[in-house]
Amino acid sequence: MLSEGSSFMKGMVMGGLFCLVLSLMGSFSPISDYKTDNHHHHHVKAASKEELSRRFSDSQVQGLNNQIRVYCVIMVQPKNLIYWATVIETWSKHCDKAEFYTSESSKALEAIDLKEKDDWARLRKALKHAYENAGDLRWFFVAQPTTFAIIENLKYLILTKDPNEPFYLGKTMKSGELDYVAYDSGIVLSYEALKRLINVFQDEEKCPEKGRALWKLSEDKQLAVCLKYTGVFAENGEDAHGKGLFNSRTVDSLIADSIKDNPNDVVEGCCSDLAVTFSGMSPNQMHVMMFGVYRLRPYGHDFHDSLAFYPPEGSDND
Amino acid sequence: MVCASPLVSKPHLTEGVSPNTATSLGDGHLKRPRRSCIWSGIAATATHCLLSFSTCAACPRVKCCQATTWISMKAVGSRFSFYAGFVVGTFTLYVFLRQVWFERTDTGGFADPGEFQQQLEEENKIWKKERSALFNLKHPHHIGEDSHLADALYKKVRILCWVMTGPNNLEKKARHVKYTWSRHCNIVIFMSSVDDPDFPTVGLGTKEGRDQLYWKTIRAFHYAYEHHAEEADWFLKADDDTYVVVDNLRWILANYTAQDPIYFGRRFKPYAKQGYMSGGAGYVLSREALRRFVEGFQNKVCTHTTSVEDLAMGQCMEKVGVKAGDSRDSAHRETFHPFVPESHLTGKFPKSFWYWSYCYYPIVEGPQCCSDLSVSFHYVDAAGMYLLEYYAYHLRAFGYRHRYQSPTPKGLRLEQSGSQGSGKHQHELTSQEKERGQAEHKEDGPPGDAPPAAPQEGN
Repeated sequence: MLSEGSSFMKGMVMGGLFCLVLSLMGSFSPISDYKTDNHHHHHVKAASKEELSRRFSDSQVQGLNNQIRVYCVIMVQPKNLIYWATVIETWSKHCDKAEFYTSESSKALEAIDLKEKDDWARLRKALKHAYENAGDLRWFFVAQPTTFAIIENLKYLILTKDPNEPFYLGKTMKSGELDYVAYDSGIVLSYEALKRLINVFQDEEKCPEKGRALWKLSEDKQLAVCLKYTGVFAENGEDAHGKGLFNSRTVDSLIADSIKDNPNDVVEGCCSDLAVTFSGMSPNQMHVMMFGVYRLRPYGHDFHDSLAFYPPEGSDND
Repeated sequence: MVCASPLVSKPHLTEGVSPNTATSLGDGHLKRPRRSCIWSGIAATATHCLLSFSTCAACPRVKCCQATTWISMKAVGSRFSFYAGFVVGTFTLYVFLRQVWFERTDTGGFADPGEFQQQLEEENKIWKKERSALFNLKHPHHIGEDSHLADALYKKVRILCWVMTGPNNLEKKARHVKYTWSRHCNIVIFMSSVDDPDFPTVGLGTKEGRDQLYWKTIRAFHYAYEHHAEEADWFLKADDDTYVVVDNLRWILANYTAQDPIYFGRRFKPYAKQGYMSGGAGYVLSREALRRFVEGFQNKVCTHTTSVEDLAMGQCMEKVGVKAGDSRDSAHRETFHPFVPESHLTGKFPKSFWYWSYCYYPIVEGPQCCSDLSVSFHYVDAAGMYLLEYYAYHLRAFGYRHRYQSPTPKGLRLEQSGSQGSGKHQHELTSQEKERGQAEHKEDGPPGDAPPAAPQEGN
């Protein structure tokens, strides 16, 4: 009886210690992750107003505005037809050139039919096509139909960046040792980055067309691997306060989190004023965001931004 | 001896099987030990158990088998109790830790009294609490924003917002109103059935419930008139699930004065000749309209006719000669909305829905339902309040030149006509516009929502 009792007590003590160790580990690991995160990934911020006025005159800034033109590469499939239609009706109107690339043709909507079921192969074909048809467009934005993008804010972010330098921007994630840009929050590539990518596509060793059969990487990770071989690394797009501009979640879920984390300062603690993307929103929510971004505003508050972007022709929801 | 040794070396034996029961059960006894041995999952020990029991049976019952079972129980029992203790210990500590941590985050950091003080101090910077009303000390600004027009209107068009709420909704709904749009009012008062000096709310001395709505409204307006008549020009009524873009309300009201007997909201047709304003979408009375309302009750011209608050209000307004104003923007788009943005922008209301027959002005579905300078939305939940605050006051497209250029309200135009304004910027904009040949910009009334420099106003 005694030995049973003492065994029980011993067990309890061991159990308690075990639990403590687990919980302490649990609370420590996110912190260590954060530290390494800050150390390793690169940050890209937009030029501040002061910087802009310091480096460029007003007319030069206007000139920059005309040069920053974005080619939107939107990867669609007939199975998400409603999202596809929503993107056509909403944010893609603000791209200088919006091209829809589909896996198979749809009778309802027009797109460039790549006739390719494999996601990675399809992305390669789309990027190749975009590169060949770029014209004088020097920036490429790859998105899915579940993404909502504010192209003007993207342009502001890349305003002072030279497209002849390799840029690969978005929301950076880590997978083991690989830093990659998440697909659903949009991928930004400069002309130079895309050029290097197209070249490395021809190298079957480094960048095979059919991903390794045993271990199929998602297309966004594949992209990062191929780009890494060409010396292009993923960078995180942030605002002046270090807040991420590319979001792979809906605005509602970000606000719900902020209500829990910053109950007295929900909106400030949530999302950037100049956010570039949100992801996963329903088509209706995307229409509401269109209204919220381009139309709804309080009278009498002006931001004399150094760039001017105008509403697209033949549209009534912006 | 013979019995003891094999059993001690193999502790995975049956537990709780006393030698007495084993033998007294007759036929069944062999089955029981077998079953318990199989629980330990090792076939070898099963046969071993059988063997052991057969040897046990041969042994002197009391001493040997008792000893073996005692030892085996001891070995098994102590290991079992160790495992049991381990599980219990883990679970207990987990629950304990959860409670401790849970408490810390759940109270929103109020476990530490210092933090509560901090929050009070923050609040004191935002509002001055006086006579159960919150006087806004600084209405929110963005860094790098030119809000001189909004500031001018803040001084010129003073709005007292009163929010219809109740004791059960203070933390669920009213709090979110307090931290979002009500910060843009000059004064905000939360009207409840019960006094609450901390929130603060005014107790109207009514009960709660839909049938009390008009009583609450009557008393709330009377309270506002008696305590704050000289401190505001306009008096807005809103629900705790209404979101109001107060700056846009000022834009509309700046075309009128506090002495005009007029009130604005989302105009409904039926039951009143000039129509009435939807309660949920919020409505706003001029000081003169409020004065006539109070006077109307003194003279018994207006009484508590029905608990349908908005309708009753509309009937009283008509009786005392207050005009039902047109709150639409210069492109005839509605500004006060009885539903959430999603419903108006994307919803298709069925033709049988009451809404079709109620709206005074023609309903437009789709993006043209709603003005860029919309004033209110209704049925907005807590998260929706913050989302609308984000959409209206924060999220924007950098450098975007809006399609709808809102005309400068009368009240501001007269003041600004003498000043020069930042004409340079204005000119730059027009030359750009000419380049782009944007016909749409000319369409909607006198252009220029930025500094209204005189040259632009030449029509």
